[in-house]
Amino acid sequence: MEVCGTHTMAIARYGIRGLLPDTIHLLSGPGCPVCVTPHHLIDHAVALARRNDVIIATFGDMIKVPGSTSSLEAERARGHAVQVVSSTLDALKIADTTPDKKIVFIGVGFETTIPTVAVSLVEARTHHVNNYYVLCAHKVIPPALDALSQGDVAIDGYICPGHVSTIIGYECYESIVKQYGIGCVISGFEPLDILQTIQSLVSQKKNNKPAFENQYTRAVKPEGNPQARSVIHTVFEPEDSEWRGLGILPMSGLKIRPEFQSWDAAAQIPVDIEPTVEPAGCLCGDVLQGKVKPFECSLFGRACNPDHPVGACMVSSEGTCAAYYRYNIRS
Amino acid sequence: MCLAIPMKIIKINEDRAIVEIGGNQREVGLQLIGDVRVNDYVIVHAGFAIQKLDEKEANETLALLREIENLS
Repeated sequence: MEVCGTHTMAIARYGIRGLLPDTIHLLSGPGCPVCVTPHHLIDHAVALARRNDVIIATFGDMIKVPGSTSSLEAERARGHAVQVVSSTLDALKIADTTPDKKIVFIGVGFETTIPTVAVSLVEARTHHVNNYYVLCAHKVIPPALDALSQGDVAIDGYICPGHVSTIIGYECYESIVKQYGIGCVISGFEPLDILQTIQSLVSQKKNNKPAFENQYTRAVKPEGNPQARSVIHTVFEPEDSEWRGLGILPMSGLKIRPEFQSWDAAAQIPVDIEPTVEPAGCLCGDVLQGKVKPFECSLFGRACNPDHPVGACMVSSEGTCAAYYRYNIRS
Repeated sequence: MCLAIPMKIIKINEDRAIVEIGGNQREVGLQLIGDVRVNDYVIVHAGFAIQKLDEKEANETLALLREIENLS
């Protein structure tokens, strides 16, 4: 199982499944942070977007994600201010140049992205950018690996995320191997990286010797990036968090610490959020656990497609359903 | 999103750097890594350098990948 949306896309793009024998099954796990974010967060972002004194700043893959009745893209079409940015530093610039507006950055992402959001809050505090806010919905990977390892899908090995690992290092994977006897190999993103990783995991399984390995040594160090982890710790603290498909996982989410509360959108900007409505027939939750393949969902390719996505797995640039749809994987 | 790409540092100015790949340049934040110099390669994600690319490891991995290629 891979637990990284970029791996999901790479595996689909390079046709890796087609190269493997029938005895090897690649499962896509909850590797797309947009996909595991409950509707409620989208509804919260939509409610904020509807305020005339707010500019939403967000990564591009968030804007089409459907909430209960709307999306950020739909709100933008209605004339509300929604700005796609490629960095929190861009969002800070917008805050600087539009002092009469509240700029709310939608904080969705795993450990690769979290430090970049943490830095933006430190900069906002240091430079008194008091109209910059973060709506924090960040999640961290290790509790999800725990939940999957205890779950009812039999997993023989994890293709571990490449760039999350540049931040978190080796420790959590060594733990998974020890606790569950499931092999963990950190992988790069080129097709040969992924094949080498799969080869290692198959070899481990064949010899019944689950182990931790790092295939992506050119980018991942054993200690990860302690500086990045330190700034995460300065700004955020862990809390229980709901993952679409996995339910509430203890200490799997992050919230903004009290010292940075002035920049916390949820605390500072009151809005009425509509009641959450889950779309009927959507199997994103099961897809995210690897229990169901996208083409086994009755909505896939019919009511749910990239132009008209029902669930986040279809709309996110790294969603499992989006990958299967784009590369026409139907079996 | 895990999407991050290796880029070469061509200029450093305090906590920002200009990085380049394939003739395209952009400014990134260096707040998440220390000890980088011009001509180092870094992994860039969401406008920040998040790790230095280890050239020796990169070359070793490339050699291993070439071995796999040659086996096929």
